[in-house]
Amino acid sequence: MKKMLVTLLAVICAASAYAAPVKVGISQIVEHPALDATRKGIIDAVTACGYVEGKDIVYDVQIAQGNVATANQIAKKFVGDKDNIVIGIATPNSQSLKQVVEKSGLNIPVIFSAVTDPVGAKLVKSIEKSGGNITGVSDLTPVKAQLEVFKEFGLNVKNVGILYNPGEQNSRALVDLAKAASKELGINIIDATVTNSSGVYMAAKSLVGRADAMYVPTDNTVVSALESAVQVAYEANIPLIMGDTDSVVRGALAAKGFNYYKHGVQTGKIVCRVLKGEKAENIPVQFQNELEFYVNLKAAKEMGVNVPESVIKSADKVIE
Amino acid sequence: MSLYAFFGAVEQGLLFSIMALGVFITFRALDFPDLSVDGTFPMGAAISAILIFNGVNPWLTIAIAVAGGAAAGAVTAILNTRLKILNLLAGILTMIALYSVNLRIMGMPNVPLLGFDTVFTSLENTGIPAYVANVIILGSVAVLVGIFLIWFFHTEVGLALRATGDNMKMVKAQGASTSRMILIGVALSNGLVALAGALAAQVQGFADVSMGIGTIVAGLASVILGEALISSLGVFRAVIGVILGSIAYRLAIAVALTVNIGGVSLSPSDLNLITAILVVVALMFPGLRSKIGAVGR
Repeated sequence: MKKMLVTLLAVICAASAYAAPVKVGISQIVEHPALDATRKGIIDAVTACGYVEGKDIVYDVQIAQGNVATANQIAKKFVGDKDNIVIGIATPNSQSLKQVVEKSGLNIPVIFSAVTDPVGAKLVKSIEKSGGNITGVSDLTPVKAQLEVFKEFGLNVKNVGILYNPGEQNSRALVDLAKAASKELGINIIDATVTNSSGVYMAAKSLVGRADAMYVPTDNTVVSALESAVQVAYEANIPLIMGDTDSVVRGALAAKGFNYYKHGVQTGKIVCRVLKGEKAENIPVQFQNELEFYVNLKAAKEMGVNVPESVIKSADKVIE
Repeated sequence: MSLYAFFGAVEQGLLFSIMALGVFITFRALDFPDLSVDGTFPMGAAISAILIFNGVNPWLTIAIAVAGGAAAGAVTAILNTRLKILNLLAGILTMIALYSVNLRIMGMPNVPLLGFDTVFTSLENTGIPAYVANVIILGSVAVLVGIFLIWFFHTEVGLALRATGDNMKMVKAQGASTSRMILIGVALSNGLVALAGALAAQVQGFADVSMGIGTIVAGLASVILGEALISSLGVFRAVIGVILGSIAYRLAIAVALTVNIGGVSLSPSDLNLITAILVVVALMFPGLRSKIGAVGR
């Protein structure tokens, strides 16, 4: 018996002599294709830099199911488990993580992803210097460049209806940018707001006759019910431009955006740098720099839009 | 579950027990299923957060939040008593209206309080670790609210309020105004819910317009769990039951978070389902207990 115990002890000691796997907590607000793709991108990028899942690194993925109180409890669980690094996907989760980690007195690095306005959300003091053990990638999209897509199609657009949920901080930031850019572009912005996904169809319909084009920024509510907006665009021959490329595959005309998988990969690369010993506070917040241009020819036909050769040539992906 | 997560669950349980006590007033004492709490909880958070953001004393912001919540509750009560709108619908109407109102109050969907002084900072500055300080402050507020409610339910108004919930016709026959009791009860309830919302924003470091989601579910689960834990005869035991029920509910979520994922078919997105099952299992206990008791006899 004694011998067995000694052997057991020896085995345990030998096992612990190997480096214990790094514990990573990932807190995501809801399950939704873009956020799921972000998470996959993060994990793939960390794997690519040499951390094998289950051997060198273990992930604790938690989804708050849209509930902020649960997000808070998830943050407490991660801190209680003494995770080595925590990742927040979306704004409220990242805020919870920052608050709980800072209050705990533990110096766990916090990396955020899919946060549109990290300075406004008080996650960081500035883009260059976060002022805490935190950094990440912002998913702020180049709104002006996206609105210029209409011109690239040769469309003479005057009134652009923007579909969004005013309850989403990210959309507010994007709509403010669109309004700021509208003067320069010589267009009028018409708000069409929704509070939930079932209101998207009505809101899109309300734009018929008032707007000669539609623009949907990276708004979670509208994107989750995009088909409603697409249907209206097809029925009323209104070109619909998006803030994300995935939506073009789902039937929108075109988008100049980034894909969330790559967004996740960019975040994962930061996670990797921090795992290898860099201080999070010394890594400036990054933006998405690799834009892709998607065009959907079938949608163009449905919306009665002619696609110039130049657009097809410059597109990264053309959906027939 | 780690000790820290356990403390975290207790802290959240105490915080949400203040909200659950509000739900107890309407749901149990008044027999008025009030769904406006999903709007008044974030309303309390919104008022407190935007005022702190603009430099107002954190304690004062809580008082204003309570007044705001009570006013919103009064709206629900008036919709029900004056306009004769079904209580359930009156609450829903107030709730959806508050979504817009809350966005107006905050001026944006998310007001961050990270780095601002809150009611918790003063105690933390004395060197007490945050998780202890939070439990002390939230526990004190929950106990004070509990004592207040026990006192209140024994006053003349409180007794009339309970009578209204028990037998509205009888109270009317006695010549008392049930409308007034509903107004007082629903306003008081939502005042407490907004109080919890204000404290929630301060403890978690931000107010978000979406933070009301699931408030009523948590409130009802806490009340029912409390009744399962302490068979509630009398106001005193009921109030204690609600506070314990709320802590039990948060512990259930903490347990659900530690359920091993990546296993056979459970995924992190099953959290709500796991929590619901845990609550149902907890709810089965009093039934089992009485069965065992019957056999023993």
